Amino acid sequence: MRLKVTINGEPRTADDVWEGESLLYALRERFGLPGSKNACEQGECGSCTVYLDDTPVCACLVAAGQAEGRAVRTVEGLAEGDELDPVQEAFVEAGAVQCGFCTPGLIVAAHDLLRRVERPTDPEIREALAGNLCRCTGYEQILDAVRLAAGKNR
Amino acid sequence: MTAPTTTTLAGGVGSSARRPDGALKARGEFAYSSDLWHADMIWGTTLRSPHPYARIRGIDITEALRVPGVYAVLTHRDVPGANRYGLERPDQPVLAVDVVRYEGEPVALVAADHPETARRALGRITVDYEVLDPVTDAEAAVHGRVPALHPDGNVVRHVRVRHGGPDVSAAVVVSGEYEVGMQDQAFLGPESGLAVPAEDGGVDLFVATQWLHVDQSQVASALGLPLDKVRLSLAGVGGAFGGREDLSMQVHACLLARYTGKPVKMVYNRQESFFGHVHRHPAKLYYEHGADADGRLVYVRARTYLDGGAYASSTPAVVANAATLGAGPYDVPNVAIDCWGAYTNNPPCGAMRGFGAVQAAFAYEAQMDKLAAALGLDPVELRMRNAMAEGSVLPTGQMVDSPAPVAELLDRVRRKPLPKSTMDSFDLRAMPGGVANTTHGEGVVRGVGYAVGLKNICFSEGFDDFSTARLRLSIVGGEPSVSVRTAAAEVGQGLVTVEQQIVRTELGVRRVTIAPADTGVGSGGSTSASRQTYVTGGAVKAGCAAVRARVLRLAADKLGVPQRELALLDGQVRGPDVTVDLADLLGDEVIEETVRWRHRATEPIDPLTGQGNAHVQYGFAAHRAVVDVDVELGLVRVVELACAQDVGRAMNPQAVLGQIHGGSAQGLGLAVMEEIQIADGRIRNPSFTDYLIPTMLDMPPMDVDVLELADPHAPYGLRGVGEPPTISSTPAIVAAIRAATGRELSRTPVRPEHITGT
Repeated sequence: MRLKVTINGEPRTADDVWEGESLLYALRERFGLPGSKNACEQGECGSCTVYLDDTPVCACLVAAGQAEGRAVRTVEGLAEGDELDPVQEAFVEAGAVQCGFCTPGLIVAAHDLLRRVERPTDPEIREALAGNLCRCTGYEQILDAVRLAAGKNR
Repeated sequence: MTAPTTTTLAGGVGSSARRPDGALKARGEFAYSSDLWHADMIWGTTLRSPHPYARIRGIDITEALRVPGVYAVLTHRDVPGANRYGLERPDQPVLAVDVVRYEGEPVALVAADHPETARRALGRITVDYEVLDPVTDAEAAVHGRVPALHPDGNVVRHVRVRHGGPDVSAAVVVSGEYEVGMQDQAFLGPESGLAVPAEDGGVDLFVATQWLHVDQSQVASALGLPLDKVRLSLAGVGGAFGGREDLSMQVHACLLARYTGKPVKMVYNRQESFFGHVHRHPAKLYYEHGADADGRLVYVRARTYLDGGAYASSTPAVVANAATLGAGPYDVPNVAIDCWGAYTNNPPCGAMRGFGAVQAAFAYEAQMDKLAAALGLDPVELRMRNAMAEGSVLPTGQMVDSPAPVAELLDRVRRKPLPKSTMDSFDLRAMPGGVANTTHGEGVVRGVGYAVGLKNICFSEGFDDFSTARLRLSIVGGEPSVSVRTAAAEVGQGLVTVEQQIVRTELGVRRVTIAPADTGVGSGGSTSASRQTYVTGGAVKAGCAAVRARVLRLAADKLGVPQRELALLDGQVRGPDVTVDLADLLGDEVIEETVRWRHRATEPIDPLTGQGNAHVQYGFAAHRAVVDVDVELGLVRVVELACAQDVGRAMNPQAVLGQIHGGSAQGLGLAVMEEIQIADGRIRNPSFTDYLIPTMLDMPPMDVDVLELADPHAPYGLRGVGEPPTISSTPAIVAAIRAATGRELSRTPVRPEHITGT
């Protein structure tokens, strides 16, 4: 099938998409956007989190065809040119990035949290990001990053 | 004159310099092994055995070859070189021949134009299996009551440690049987890579691994190619924790690429990943501790069985650790430990963070608590009375010749203020059971537990453990710049950051680039055993010394000043009456030095007594865990984890904390949730739905003290950091649950039914 999606503000088209492909597969293998990660491909780890029409979703759980005609914003669409988004900047500064495989999904999830809640408490951060697994950091420096980014929001 | 040889340039050793790859990773632009793409690329997949143990009567690939879009279907007949590989022993087939020894063993390969085409073709391969009864009990496998799975029997290795006298007795004796479940590394980036056939008949492989050169030699052997025809480059690695020491898809992708003449990408999904790498050895441990009436340890006797599964992997070295470190960080005059690693038909087990020390610590720390109870002593007091210190002698007869602040670490975590009762500021999210709303405090009991552990750092037992660094100093855009090239794998721990820091400190050069790691330079050794900052860091430091000597020689010649009067500082060569910028001194000249660096040598252990100077260095960490347990439902919430660890020198304090936090989290997982559940040789939970790793809601705040007591034998005095926190975290948490519940809890991970007794 042919797939038409707006990705990070740009209209994109892919041909010969198999109906069983996920949005994650389409982003990674057809649109050259591998920033959204393939850690579990069953909605448990959050590393493929993207905005679909402004709602964060696990791209692995969305069929590519479900994104037809809709707008997707991925981790690659957060920075403004050379300038990192404040959430991205905070992750790097706080040491929240080790292997980094969870980082794109966590950054999108944290970005969404900080849009909704300007100054989240620690329990709010933990609850909001509990769907994003990280195996390297034990989450302490991810909490630091979100607190830091919340401060930068101001 | 005695010139200072290091500078205080920003971003040097001891600073929390930023990762050079941090921004790329945060942007989603860092290329991991599963992100690679090549024009004309096709996809490889693996057919795996559905049986833990079976004879293969025949394989029919005819129907699979008929699937449109399929380029190749390969079996063992297509392996051109040795169809046997392994980290320490070549006992594992690249593709099974006439027998499969574990569920998930690779049997055939398919390459196709789309992963779905390949998956469908796998379904059309017919394998005729004669199913056999699997051997699933390691202890039974060792003692010969079952069929031999390999020609030399089922014992991979037996290590005996005999220290002091054999027939001592003690006033107070405690014993116990302990069990550790099978843990998974659960790195997030799946096994993956891209193999590209080359015009010279060789192959270029881009892959996520922990040791490029050991992969290279195994791949070349299986392909029947000389080493220089198999070139490996490190792709982005999404975590490792030991699970990438063994080969997974490396040979398979190269075989398919050579057979089809096309670039082949292979990416495991999460379920396949559970079958595609080795796990932490499950263990059964029998311990007896004897002490005098004052609580001084008189003896430790232990028998430990580690289930190595179907193939050897790194089991021999894991056995050595569990045996030689089996008495813990204590002075014990009499030790008799036997540790066996067994072949079974369970999933193969090998390296995971903590590597044999984790299993032993769960048992010896439970024993220390039991002993304290028998003596009526405080558990921390008992540990401090027996704590190893610098000058202590291990059960191997090896003297500890650098700081070993075991008592201080315990004292530090003990003195930290305890967290307040959760009921002081009620929040459902802080309750055991969390937002499942299972309790508002009824039935919730608090417990506190302590543990301390030790881990050998770097490779042991006489292994020639070295790393190689190539440094290139040149003037780029009028500014001195150093490029560092090694084959050492950055897997997330931050080696690339530390390499930059070392160069900045040693040479005073701000601009340091880290070249991609590949086999075009000498081996960096494995990214394991907490060794890379020590060994590759040591190689980079030595490389800097070689470059500095060249610069000063050049300056001495040009300036006519004796070399000994010159120093390289902050990008300048300075002498008594002269200062010259590196840029002016070097001009177009390039200084390149390649250095191979080793830590001090170790020795093998005696096969009968386990005696020998087998280890290079030890890392120590202590934890205090505070838990709330819902004793009615058996649910646990870890309220706080306090940790103290000696790191010798905090090369990058932020990264050190990150290692301690992350290691503690993996220990928490093993304490309360993480286990690959095996029944009759089969994995019952190969997914992140059923194999649970800690989330941000499961992890408590961690209060960490970092000590920096220099090891005089190590570069900068540093001590490997990654593994020690994983070792003491688990027993501290389980001790806290015991304190809360009064249950014996001799098995980890602790399940709800162990707490409720139902």
